[in-house]
Order: sequence, then structure tokens, then C-alpha cells
Amino acid sequence: MAMLSGIYGLLSASLFVTMDAVDVAFTEASIGAGISTLLMLTTIAMTGRTEHSVRHKPLLALAVVFVTGALLIYATLDMPYFGDVMAPANLHVMPRYIQDSMAEIGVDNIVTSVLASYRAFDTFGEVVVIFTAGIGVLALLSFARRPEDDAEISSDNISMHEQNLIVRIVSKILIPFILLFALYVQFHGDFGPGGGFQAGVIFAAAIILYAMLFGMSVARRAINQTFVQLFAAVGVLLYGMVGVVSMLNGGNFLDYNVLSEDPVAGQHLGILIIELGVGIAVATVVIIIFFNFADRIDILKHKVNKKL
Amino acid sequence: MMDIALNISSAICLFLGSFLCLSGGVGIIRFPDFYTRMHAAGVTDTLAASMILIGLMLQNPDAIVISKLVMILLMTLFISPTTSHAMAKAAMNSGLLPLLDKKENKDGVKSS
Amino acid sequence: MLIAATIAILVVMALTIVRGCMGPTLYDRILAVNMFGTKTVLLISLLGFVMGRPEFLDIAIVYALINFISVIGVLRFSDSFGFKPPHQDKASGEKGS
Repeated sequence: MAMLSGIYGLLSASLFVTMDAVDVAFTEASIGAGISTLLMLTTIAMTGRTEHSVRHKPLLALAVVFVTGALLIYATLDMPYFGDVMAPANLHVMPRYIQDSMAEIGVDNIVTSVLASYRAFDTFGEVVVIFTAGIGVLALLSFARRPEDDAEISSDNISMHEQNLIVRIVSKILIPFILLFALYVQFHGDFGPGGGFQAGVIFAAAIILYAMLFGMSVARRAINQTFVQLFAAVGVLLYGMVGVVSMLNGGNFLDYNVLSEDPVAGQHLGILIIELGVGIAVATVVIIIFFNFADRIDILKHKVNKKL
Repeated sequence: MMDIALNISSAICLFLGSFLCLSGGVGIIRFPDFYTRMHAAGVTDTLAASMILIGLMLQNPDAIVISKLVMILLMTLFISPTTSHAMAKAAMNSGLLPLLDKKENKDGVKSS
Repeated sequence: MLIAATIAILVVMALTIVRGCMGPTLYDRILAVNMFGTKTVLLISLLGFVMGRPEFLDIAIVYALINFISVIGVLRFSDSFGFKPPHQDKASGEKGS
């Protein structure tokens, strides 16, 4: 438990290192600092705070860790110096991205154009990975709730809701702004830092805040689970369909030039749509993961209360 | 003339803000128990943050930047007291008692 | 002045990390993390001005929001099953004092 806060601090500290990379810092702020801490905490709340102490040889593990660390440090000696002009990353693709992306893609933010256009296939892979994670959580953790449990849990929750009045009211004020800001990040990704991943996480964070403060059953009523699951698939499919449509129009998979008569306009359209797909997929998957975790906690809590 | 006035006032605001920040930092290290530390953090947080943000606002004539700064300021003013409140409440509920003088402690804790 | 303020905030952040590592109770650590977050917001906006790139302010907004959400989340899940009802704890607290 104590280590968690330390990890949080470290994550936010690593934000400064990446300070000059606006998009990376953005992602770090939203995912590293916020969501991963939350998911870790829900896991701990589920499994219990203390660990069974198992007597095994810690020395071997320590040795392995040290050797791996030494190897990694040794490997970094071969890397080019930080900011070296002759580094391979600066010689091969970088000049092209920096010089030509404006003419080819027509998007102000180079990171977005690289992520969504030059490396569209990689990004598609990432989205599929996220989607698979959501499916995995669903397969492992979801279960049918019994209605009588449901009623009792919500009565538990109501008694909880009479407290925390201040926090709830302030969150009620803030949640619309968070959602609005997520949309701004989503559609502003072409011009400034931002994009689908970050927007999705911020959107999901707003809903998680709501679910945490108002209880799972209320949140469940507000946000239909089947709808969310449907939309996770829709997000990935939207991305894939852009690729298929560009293939149908005679280009390569995810080649946006053919989406419209003007290649630059086509690129713009393609990036906008796939960013939307990424945003929907990420937001829904994070919501699915959190809801399933929190449901488990509710059930466990309920069982504990029954025993008492 | 106007520029100089703006610069000076922004510098004063920034200076006040960093001074308050530093005092909060010293407070969070030096104070004896959780509640006093929270006092140091919470009280300095709001004023220091607003001083620094106002100082930044005075430096930039751009409307978008100023509106973003105002948004950050409003959010800080909403969020910081709320988290302080939630933390104090959670700490109190979990049975963490404020450090008091011996005499007061005998009478039992009065939480207001 | 901007740079001086930045350095002051960095110093405060270092102090906060010290408190976070030392913190005798869980709540001290949460407090340190929260304060670290608010100082990060200030640092990011200051750095945006120092470097002349005001789009950093977006990140500052995100950071402020996410900080709030994660602190609330930590508090919600920290005593393993949500905020405890106060009446039980008041009784135990009075016994303890």
C-alpha cells in the first residue's frame, strides 16, 4: 500500500523528463498518474492489503534482478548520446516527418500525423490490444448478479451517500467540464497535444469519478453496460473500416489519400475518424475494466457485511 | 508605463506565490501530525496557486491563454478544499486522532 | 522571476517527496501525493511560460482533474471497502482517546 503512492510519485516525476514531448506528457498525466493508480488500488481492495508471507529464497530473485539491471545499463552504453544529431532516430525518418508531414498530411501536430497516418498500422495494433484487454477482463471477472443482492447492495450504497456531500456536489459541478474537456482534447488533437487515447482516458475518468461517488448501481443505471460493450467493438471496427474503405477505394489498407479527391483532405478525414475510433475504444474499455473490478468489490463487501 | 506596472505586479504576485509555496513545503516537513500538515498544505495551496496563476495571467496578453489559466485557477479553487475535506474526513473516520495537549486529550476529543 | 518561481516549486516538490517517503501514516502519504499534484500543475504552467509554449496549459488542466480523481479514488478504496460509516468509528475513537 505504501509503495503505491511512491509509484505514483515516480510516475509523475517521469512526466518531467518527458516534459518536452507534449503528447507523451499528456498520456503520462492521464494514464500513468490517474487510471493505473486507481486500477492498482481496486485490485488491492479486492485481494486484501496484506500478503501471505511465503518463505522462499529471495536471494536468487535479487540476483536475477541485479543481473538484468546490469545488462540493461550495459545496453544503454551503446545508445547514442541524448540529443545526438547523428543518432539513427534523427537521421532516417525524422527529417521526412518534420519536413514533409505538413505537405502530405496537413496536420499541425506532427505527433498526431505520425501516430495516425505513417504508423497507422501500429496504432491499429495497439487499439486491438486494448480491446483484447477489455475482453479478457470481461471473460475473467464478469458474472451474473442476483437481483436480491443488487437491492441490498444499493441500500448499502444509499446509506453511504448521505455522507460525502461536499465531494459529491463538487464532483457534480466538475463532471460536465471534464467531459467537455475530453471532447476538446479529442478533436483538438490535430492542432495541439491530444488525441484519441488521452481523450478516451479523460472521458472514462469522469465516468469513473461518478461511479465511485454515487455507487455502482446508480452508475449502472446511467450507463448501460451492453451499450458500453457494443461501443468498444464499434470503436475498433470504426478504425478497421477506415482501412477497408481505403482498400475499396483502390489504396492500401489505412491509406487515407484515397478517401477524398484531395489527398490532404483525405488524410484529414481519415485521421479524424480513426482518432474517434481510438477514443471510443479506449474510453469504453477503461469503463468496462473499472466497472467489473468495482462490481467485484461491491459483492465482496456485501459478503463481509452479511457475515458480520 | 503600463508594461512596467504589469511586469512589477506580476513579479510581486509570483514572488508571493513562491514564498507561500516554500512556507507550505517547510510546513509539510516540520509540523508534528497529519492535521497540522494538512493545514500547511491546504491553506498555502489555494493562495499560492492563485498568486502564481494571477502572476502568469498578468504576463500574457493572449485571450486563450488567459482563459485557460482562469480555468486552472477555478479548478484549483474548487478541487483543493474538496480534497482537503475528503482527506480529513477519511482520516478522522479511520480513527487517526489529532495530536493535542495532554490536558485537552484527557477531556476527550472534540472534533468540530 | 519565472525561473525563480520554478526553482521554488521544484524545491517544494522535493520536500513533498521527502514527506511522502517518510510519512508515518497512510494519510500523510496521500496528502503528500495530493500536494505534489497541485505543485505539478503550477510547475507545468510555469514551464510553459518559461519555454514559451502555452499549449502546456492543456496538460496542466488534465493534471489538475486527474489528480482530483485519483485522490478521491485512493480515499474511496484506501480503507479497503470505501468510506466507513462514521458512527462506528466515532465510538471506537472515543474509546481510544
